Amino acid sequence: MESNSAPTGQRHKERGSQQPHRTTVRWLMLPSVLFLLVWMIVPLVMTLYYSFQNYNLMMPMDRSFAGIMNYSLMFTDPTFWDSLINTLVLVFSCLILTLVLGLAFALLYNRVFPLRGVARTLAVAPFFVMPVVAGLIWKNMLMHPVYGLFSWMLRSVGLEPIDWFGNYPMISVIIMITWIWTPFALLVLLTGLQSLPEDQLEAVRLDGANRWQEFRHIVLPHLGQVIYVVLMLESIFFLTSFAEIYTTTSGGPGTATTNLPYYIYLNAFFQYDIGFSSASAIAAVILANIFAIFLIRFVAGNLKAGARS
Amino acid sequence: MSQSTKPSASRITLGGTLLTLLAYLVAIVMFFPLLWMILTAFKTEQQAMSIVPQFIFTPTWQSFHDAIFQGSAYTHYAWNSLITAVGSTFLGLLLTIPAAYAMAFYPSKRTDFTLVWMVSTKFIPAVGVLIPIFLVFRSSGLLDTRFGLLMLYTSMNMPIMIWMIYSYFKEVPKEIIEAADIDGAGTLQTMLRVILPLALPGLTSTALLVTILAWNESFWSIMITNHNAATLATYIASFRSAEGLYWAKLSAGSVLASAPIIVLGWCAQRQMVRGLTFGAVK
Repeated sequence: MESNSAPTGQRHKERGSQQPHRTTVRWLMLPSVLFLLVWMIVPLVMTLYYSFQNYNLMMPMDRSFAGIMNYSLMFTDPTFWDSLINTLVLVFSCLILTLVLGLAFALLYNRVFPLRGVARTLAVAPFFVMPVVAGLIWKNMLMHPVYGLFSWMLRSVGLEPIDWFGNYPMISVIIMITWIWTPFALLVLLTGLQSLPEDQLEAVRLDGANRWQEFRHIVLPHLGQVIYVVLMLESIFFLTSFAEIYTTTSGGPGTATTNLPYYIYLNAFFQYDIGFSSASAIAAVILANIFAIFLIRFVAGNLKAGARS
Repeated sequence: MSQSTKPSASRITLGGTLLTLLAYLVAIVMFFPLLWMILTAFKTEQQAMSIVPQFIFTPTWQSFHDAIFQGSAYTHYAWNSLITAVGSTFLGLLLTIPAAYAMAFYPSKRTDFTLVWMVSTKFIPAVGVLIPIFLVFRSSGLLDTRFGLLMLYTSMNMPIMIWMIYSYFKEVPKEIIEAADIDGAGTLQTMLRVILPLALPGLTSTALLVTILAWNESFWSIMITNHNAATLATYIASFRSAEGLYWAKLSAGSVLASAPIIVLGWCAQRQMVRGLTFGAVK
């Protein structure tokens, strides 16, 4: 974990020697700490509190302690399990696709060729588009069963047009999210490739390694940390996908594309069930934490390595 | 399949040419949906929704004109996006610069813990805090206000800002701050006069990155705004119910909303990588 890191200031040692600033330092920290407490931690604790309450906005007067009822209801709700499975399918499919495509594209764009900058710039553009714009463009102008461009393409080679979001909703959502996030993997992996020490490559080439061995034994190990970071970060974002689903399938047809965030949204804003949706929100937080714990350890490792060197 | 930065580019081979063509193809395929959006924006509504797509047509600015001036108050949404994105960036800088400064230059035993804690709040999913925030906003009249959205964007971006600014401060040689201390400059003076100018490029790229993230943010804007504080994301999301209608207008609105950010994003690619990977890759 230490090897990759120490990106921040190797020249520095601990600066704890100067003590007169202790109070000043506290005052400098206070606004940020308070802000994060008020806007993140307090609401999180409130969600936890609501999850043990009988609380429906339709009957706001009937509030009472519910024990673990919201959780037991949630675990017996088949839609909850559907949404959990959908979330995991979405996360893992998009992770694999963006990583494989991102790596392939990064290798392509790491070569020197005319107009490389222009090509790379065009290829990363989808990452800077709002999720709602991406959703509506894919749903309407590309994947629409009648007027979409894909339908026209299929018709012009004599095939039946496909109702993408109707018949293959999850695959369509995965394709769209992959389109948005492959540029991110490409950008990060390309940056990683460019930091590959040239002398290592020279050395294995002198040893007569072929391109595959070179990739397998030098490039891939070097990219290990970078790939890890891409996977962890993307999983956090994929777990919370909402706007892409909101603008395309609205979680449907049925529950085919209802992921955990969308499930919570439906229970909170259409069933007005604060207690129940809070319990699901806690489930989403726990799921995110399972992924995040690795990332937080990584960030912490980064930090310690930075301080040591 | 050469992976190095400086391969023997002068040697033109068949394989190399094919790979170059493949790289162009990838660029075209990835950019195509956006190109199609741009083309559609210059069509009439009839041309935009035709069974046989129109590749050759007389471009018209009509949809842009409609998107901006016709009823929907496009400028109102654009203004909201601008206020919340730029406002939350400024508030975030105001809050995080002092904290990052304290942690980078006067670390204590708890600094590591505090920093990791601040960064880790980024990993609380927004749905985890959605319900209480919605209820509190509702009872305190903050729903559909720019102030409420601005605060949410600030808290959303603070972990990234703290981390980035901290890492930029760490790159300032410590001799400089020691010299300032010996000269008897106060903490505030050292920060404003000595460190901030040195870290200005880093601060600028941090600001650029979080402005982009706030501008594109779609979850909170859909959840807590309706009209008064609605951003471009909310406005464009409202087209989702208009099945098969107004595609040209939707495209024109989307082009206007995306173009400035895509241009900024292209300029900020490196900082984006550095910021979003928490310094692991740069």
